[in-house]
Amino acid sequence: MDRAMKLPRRFASMPIRFHGGIAALIVLLVFNAFFTPNFLQLQTLFVNISQVATIAIVAMGMTLVIATGGIDLSVGAVMALAGALAPLIFLSDLGVANPAFGVALAIILPLIIAGLCGVFNGVMVAVLNVQPIIATLILFISGRGIAQVLTNGNLQTFSNPSFSYLGTGKILGLPFQGWLALVIACILFWVISRTTWGRYLLAIGGNERAAYLSGGPVKRVKIGAYVICAVLAGLAGLIVVAINSASDAARNGNLMELDAIAAAVVGGALLQGGRAPIFGAILGAVIIQLVKYTLLANGVEDEVALIAKAVIIILAVWMQQYRRA
Amino acid sequence: MLDETAFDLRKYLRRNSASVTVWVALIALIVFGLLRYDNFGSAYNFSSFLNYNAMFIAIALGMCFVIMTGGIDLSVGSVAAFTSVVAAYLSPYGIQVALPGAILAGIGFGAINAFCIIILRIPPFIATLATMLAAKGGALVISGAQTISVDWGSNFTKLGMGQVMGLFPWAIVIVAGLTLVLWLVLERTTIGRTVLAIGGSEDASNLMGLKVNRAKAFVYLLSGGCAGLAGLFLASGFGAGQPLEGIGWELSAIASVVVGGTLLTGGMGSIPATVAGALLLGLVFNVLNFENGQGTISFSAYWQMVIRGGFLFAVILLQSRIIARQQKVLGS
Repeated sequence: MDRAMKLPRRFASMPIRFHGGIAALIVLLVFNAFFTPNFLQLQTLFVNISQVATIAIVAMGMTLVIATGGIDLSVGAVMALAGALAPLIFLSDLGVANPAFGVALAIILPLIIAGLCGVFNGVMVAVLNVQPIIATLILFISGRGIAQVLTNGNLQTFSNPSFSYLGTGKILGLPFQGWLALVIACILFWVISRTTWGRYLLAIGGNERAAYLSGGPVKRVKIGAYVICAVLAGLAGLIVVAINSASDAARNGNLMELDAIAAAVVGGALLQGGRAPIFGAILGAVIIQLVKYTLLANGVEDEVALIAKAVIIILAVWMQQYRRA
Repeated sequence: MLDETAFDLRKYLRRNSASVTVWVALIALIVFGLLRYDNFGSAYNFSSFLNYNAMFIAIALGMCFVIMTGGIDLSVGSVAAFTSVVAAYLSPYGIQVALPGAILAGIGFGAINAFCIIILRIPPFIATLATMLAAKGGALVISGAQTISVDWGSNFTKLGMGQVMGLFPWAIVIVAGLTLVLWLVLERTTIGRTVLAIGGSEDASNLMGLKVNRAKAFVYLLSGGCAGLAGLFLASGFGAGQPLEGIGWELSAIASVVVGGTLLTGGMGSIPATVAGALLLGLVFNVLNFENGQGTISFSAYWQMVIRGGFLFAVILLQSRIIARQQKVLGS
């Protein structure tokens, strides 16, 4: 009895979590190679990388927040807000007069605003002790509203090659945002495993009270996680706008919170906190994107794809709970 | 509270400060509206206001029970959209078929939520977030992503457009009845008290031998059923099943519950105050519409979401102060 209990637990304890994800990835790849027409083409790779980068970037931020035992529902709204601001800035008189300055400002200012959204979320959660779902619900509702008020609900189209580089540029033949996601992942991985801040982040998720009693700067670290998450969401919002050469506040980042949570969980983040698998988040994002692509390429309707996504989220979380039990 | 020997008004007010606040705010806003706008007190505004807000009250009632257990149901908006489509399809058979059909469809989603939360032990907000997706997808699939027109020949639209005594819409009469029943359930039945006990401490409730799972299943089924009812009102009030409606309804419902003084941590709550919260929230928009009409301000529809969020923010700030004060009293 004892050994029978131990064996699966040891199995579950470390690498299989990652392997489960990788197994799913391999299954998806093999399935597509056989059944999806034109899957093994360079073009498919480009499309998927440029799509997956935004999910991955948001999912990494979400992973940090989840590591503290929290959640951030406002990422999609923050994307819309940042995405709405950028064209407003570089299409303004100032931006048109000084194009280089305009584009720089159109990237930096939305990120700062996004960061302020993160400060808002973080202070609500860490200082006022509001539950994360509720605290981030506020911006989830009003963030997109603010974006729509700013743009009057209009679709903003533009032609600005230097800004669009964010979403359409290529380095070594691969999409720019893919590289960007990779760089961010490496930085975050280093931060989590090598800095005090990162260790505190995991400690808080493991046992917040213990982290507090041992003198950890709990509030600061938590606020930091929400700020990073929001800034990354803002960046993803900019990328989406750059890809489309258009900003639609109603659609930018819509339902992204679900994709990001799903990617983080599939990648091995524990909803109770205490774990921050950054590269897992990327793996999760790739799986989510591949599922989407597989369904789309095989003629499954969007609506059915929604249901499939719901099932994936439930399955991923359930397997996690099951292993823990 | 009535069994105390002397009724101490000050003590009562202090203990119920949150729910008293919402009633005072509601009455103040009504008086403000009556004094400021000519048609505010008209039978038409009264009747259409109640008719429109009946569905939000229904959802808030279900949400109130869920939140009292310390859970949350984010799926209500999409479920209402789904059941509005179901109701529209059933409308040719009349209200006697569409009503149970829509409510059952809602309860079906409630059952999925309950299964995921209780059996699979998935955190409520993830489970209901997934159901929200599934219900939205389901609504789009069964409707072919079209609004489904109801049958105007049957008695179906009477529910959403007819009035009792020419003043009270049918929908609000049903919701009033539901409110009364749920109030009694909460205050006078075992399952109602169990719901509150779970919110206070689920572990303690389990150790006391309370039927925790049964009560949790009850609240999610109830919330699904209430969303089903709201979908029915939506279809019969607007003459169509609308698969794309319901976005943000869960937020209105949560806001109503919170405004009504129910703590998000669970363990306490009030049914009448939740209704007052929903009415207050609806009234804020009613008043804004009148202001828009008078031309003093001009708010586009997009401001609605901003205001709703701001409103929720203000209430949560207030609540966190109340909770902090309570914790100080308890000395923890």
